[in-house]
Amino acid sequence: MKRAKERTIVFENEAYITEGASIAGQKEGEGPYGDTFDQIIEDDLLGTETWEKAESELLKRTVLRCIEKSGKTKTDVDAFLAGDLNAQIISSGFAARDLGIPFLGMYGACSTMIESILTGAVFVASGAFHTVVCAASSHFCTAERQFRTPLELGTQRPPSAQWTATAAGACMVEKEKSAIEIKSGTLGRVIDLKIKDPAHMGAAMAPAVADTLFGHLTDTKKSIRDFDKIITGDLGKYGLSILKEIVKEKLGEEADDIFFDCGENLYRDNQDVHAGGSGCGCIAGLLSGHILKEMKKGKYRKLLILGSGAMMSVTSSLQGESIPSISYAISLERCTDGIVS
Amino acid sequence: MKKYSLPSESEYKTIVEKHTPGSPKLMGFARAFIVGGVICVIGHLIGKAGDCIGLNEATKPMFTSSVLVYIGTLLTGIGIYDKIGKFAGAGSIVPITGFANSMCAPAMEFRREGIITGIGAKLFTIAGPVITYGIAASVVYGLIYWIKEYALS
Repeated sequence: MKRAKERTIVFENEAYITEGASIAGQKEGEGPYGDTFDQIIEDDLLGTETWEKAESELLKRTVLRCIEKSGKTKTDVDAFLAGDLNAQIISSGFAARDLGIPFLGMYGACSTMIESILTGAVFVASGAFHTVVCAASSHFCTAERQFRTPLELGTQRPPSAQWTATAAGACMVEKEKSAIEIKSGTLGRVIDLKIKDPAHMGAAMAPAVADTLFGHLTDTKKSIRDFDKIITGDLGKYGLSILKEIVKEKLGEEADDIFFDCGENLYRDNQDVHAGGSGCGCIAGLLSGHILKEMKKGKYRKLLILGSGAMMSVTSSLQGESIPSISYAISLERCTDGIVS
Repeated sequence: MKKYSLPSESEYKTIVEKHTPGSPKLMGFARAFIVGGVICVIGHLIGKAGDCIGLNEATKPMFTSSVLVYIGTLLTGIGIYDKIGKFAGAGSIVPITGFANSMCAPAMEFRREGIITGIGAKLFTIAGPVITYGIAASVVYGLIYWIKEYALS
């Protein structure tokens, strides 16, 4: 691992995603990618008494599923990197308590999954650890009560509002060569173009995604056409069209077909989610399931994955602050040389 | 290598406005009008029922409010009121059933944090401001009434 170029860390055959697992809720299971999750939970309390315990259980089960699929055991995992949207990331902390794996708590709001993988890859590439598990989760019911209103309150959502996904995803990152290589990762800067509407997260986060995308392209001397797809986290329908416009204006390229937003694609149009899905579990669930599977099949060979997160809280919003946002990028490549997967 | 810059705040505002859909206003008004109206008609019928059981003009409004609050709470408890609210918006928030909903929903949501620190503390998170400023407004109203009726005569 060399010194980073500006803000992009380049890995040289040092970090691979060797396994992935995802578990999602009923509504996500009914979405277009429902069959790509390892499991759909029928009871959104997962047999616990509170939503918070349920989310923690969801995360724990996803991590265990990932480890089980890899044929390893908990003791083979050197570190567990995870985060979620709850205050003080309790879902992850409580899951780590039960798992007993050395833990690094991550927080990048909805970009947490990508931040975790990027951090995990650095640990692995440095030689400090051999196997780490990177994960993130979100639950509709924990997010609603923390950020918005009680579930049973009869209110309307504006069309730009998004639906927090009940989902968790876990990826195993290892030094051992495998089909999916982490080529590089780009740190985000916290960007704020003064959007204040908490019901329009896509608009708040789109500039951060554009900034990290531009940073990645500059640092790696690449163009957007070097990727089969550019995957964004949870910009939603309107956030994505804003990003496309910025990209078109700044890069001078029509790029409608190259973007795939997990938030826009997690649910169907008739599922009443307005602008689409959001939450850490949105990109975590689709990346650890659908996207890894498509890469293993060879449908995608080169992907740039951009997670995005809003670095705000209920308090900052109530105090009239705008919504600063961040985006982390990792570029994934399917390697073919001598790999049988 | 070319450096890309982001749009300025003002440029960005224009881009966002272009891509942000507005709420369907006319449809919203129509739904709120119909559902709000229906709730009021139901309230009126309850008042009429009050006549039949011999309530007078003073007790009838109390009877009507109590029954509506009961219905609002019940519908919240069985998970129907939020669906009505989603459809009707202000049409089901403004009537007293909406007030019942705004008390019952936090009570259900925060019961897991305990009877005192959960239900007790959070019961008024939504309805609290209405009560606070309702009382404040009634003080101002009372003051004006007093000046007009007693101080000036």
